[in-house]
This record gives sequence, C-alpha cells and structure tokens, in this order.
Amino acid sequence: MSLYSMQKFLFDLNRDPGVQALFRSAPGNVLDRYDLTREERAAIETHNIGLIYVLGANGQLLMHYAAYLGMPWPEYIAAMRNGVTQHGAVRAGIYAMTTDLNEKVANI
Amino acid sequence: MSLVFAGICSHAPGITGRAHMAEPTAVKSLHAAYRSMSEQLKASRPDALVVIAAEHFANFFMSNMPSFAIGMADRYEGPIEDPQWLGIARTSVPGNADLSRRLIQEIMQSVDIAYAEEWKFDHGIMVPLHFLTPDYDLTIVPMNINCQGPPLTPLHRAWAFGEALRRAADTCSERIAILGTGGISHWPATPDSGKINETWDREFLRSWSANNKAALLAYNDTDTYREAGQGGFEIRTFISVSAAAKGLGSVHFYQPIPIFAVGCTIATMTITE
Repeated sequence: MSLYSMQKFLFDLNRDPGVQALFRSAPGNVLDRYDLTREERAAIETHNIGLIYVLGANGQLLMHYAAYLGMPWPEYIAAMRNGVTQHGAVRAGIYAMTTDLNEKVANI
Repeated sequence: MSLVFAGICSHAPGITGRAHMAEPTAVKSLHAAYRSMSEQLKASRPDALVVIAAEHFANFFMSNMPSFAIGMADRYEGPIEDPQWLGIARTSVPGNADLSRRLIQEIMQSVDIAYAEEWKFDHGIMVPLHFLTPDYDLTIVPMNINCQGPPLTPLHRAWAFGEALRRAADTCSERIAILGTGGISHWPATPDSGKINETWDREFLRSWSANNKAALLAYNDTDTYREAGQGGFEIRTFISVSAAAKGLGSVHFYQPIPIFAVGCTIATMTITE
C-alpha cells in the first residue's frame, strides 16, 4: 500500500496545478493525505529523486516529478544513478536499472 | 465514410524537450519526417484524428486503471508536464463529444472500454500533435491503452480494440484519421534512457508493415521487458492501428536517437476493406 501511496502523491501532484500550488506553500499538509512511510515522506520532502527511484516509483511518474522540480535531464539521470549507488537496486516496479553504474548511456 | 489515414509515430518527450542536446542532422531528418506525415495527414482531409496513445499517468492511475479509455469532450488541455521541460506550451485542443459518443457506443459492442468527459494530454499525445497539427485546429479523439500499470492490456485485446475502432469508424459520416503513438524498444525515464534495441525494433516494424497478425500477437511482456524494456509495452498502440487499417505499412523514418531515448519512428499504413 505504501508504494501505491507514494505514487498516488506523484500522480496527484504531476497533473493538478492546485495540488502543486498547495505543495509549494504547505507541503506537509499535502503529504499528510497519503499513507507514507517515514522513508518515503523524507525522500519527497528532500526532493530525493534517487531514493524515490530505488523505492520503486514508476519512471514516468518520477520523470514528470523531476520536471516539476525543474531538474535538468542530466541531473535527473545522475540522481537516479546516485540513488542506486547509495541505496542499492530498485526494490519494486518495472523501472529497474539494467545498465552498469558507470555506464554513460546517451553520453550522460 | 471510414478511415482516411492511418499511421504510427514516436512520442518521446525528449524529441521536443531535449532537441538542443541531439545531433542536429538527426533532428533535422526527424522533423522533416514529421512534416511529411503532417502533409499526408492534411491531404487525407480528415474531419477528426483519433490518437491511440499510451499515456503516462496524466488521467489514469492504479486506483482505477482501464484497459482502454476514450475521451468524450469538446475540449482537452495539455501538456500536464512543465511546458519548458517538454518544449511545448500549454494549450487547449478541440474535441468532439458527439463523435466520441458515437465511436464509443459502437466500440463497446465488442470491447469493454471506459470513457472520460475530461482528459489531460501528456507527451504521448502532445509531442505528435506539436508536429502534425501545430495549430491545434483538427478535432482530436484521444484513446488510451494501458501500457504503464501492470497487469497490462493483453495484446490480442489491443488487436480486438483496433478492429472495433475500425467498425466504429465505418459507421461514421466523418472522415477519420487514426494515429498510434509510442515507442518500440526503449527504457525511458531510467538511468538506461538512451538504450535502444535496433534489431528488435526493425523486426517489429517488419511484422507491423506486413500486418502479420500472428507475429504481432506472438510478443509477450516477459520477453519484451527483457529485450525491449518497459517502453516496449507501448507496441500495443501500433498493433491496434494494424488491426484497424488492415493494410500494409511503410516505414518512412526509423533512426535511434539516444538522447531522445527511442528509435524515432514515422510510418503509415494503407487502409484496406
């Protein structure tokens, strides 16, 4: 249920400007609506793309979230690689990393 | 009237959002291919364009995930993504609720679908429209096949959906164009982004062009995930176009462009009775 809740937050945020505005002004109030683990909540609060990736968020939800954060593409790719380096392999979902940690795919 | 145009194309967000990071010659060739498809589409004088897309959580989530969904509104909006990130300004796109309703009523005679009177477009629709109908002046009917949230729509049901769409289009007085959007092999939104299995792509496009139903439906998600990534699940939209058009395909452009995360594809299919 928890990964589901984290992804539901990303879904709601990514598609709804109203949620985005509220999240900017009162992020805690928004996150209180979701049944998140302490690790998931902290990852979101600190914009920790790498950990959210490792926790198993669907890549499309995560990519749109990174875009919402204004994260340039190379930083987004690097953040996911750093997440795997720090926290280990992706734990759930269908967006696991299949390339080597030091591999430069698309020269990034 | 019935179908007047059938095609497939890539919809990767990098095509518009990361164009500045790609090799300029490749970008120029891809843009020319989109322009050519746009001209073909316009020459078919369509009254509406049905876009069969694989959306990415712009409307549907695992709280209530339909195998198939069809928009039924007079206006749509998009993109949901940050416009600067995607390289496409937020806009309003015309729909036709009455046409949608008639298509839906006929399709649901043989395929169970969901309909939606509100629908936000993501890159799955906005990137193709950016090139094909840049003035957003053509009526769009959005359709979606679940390629994102497993359990995914079975391939043989995507085929049945295409057949039902064709039957529905045949009942309409309007001139209907259809477009399937998605990727073939790709590993989008991951550190693998840019990995492309060109051999797998070309084999799929051969089967698609020959409209080889047996070969297209012989793919399975386990092998596709291993050989073509989670992005390969989007072949469902291309397969539905084959079933609807019933003709033979011509691949006008195929080129892996790693920074766009996909083998960029532009193809059309003849329409056969």
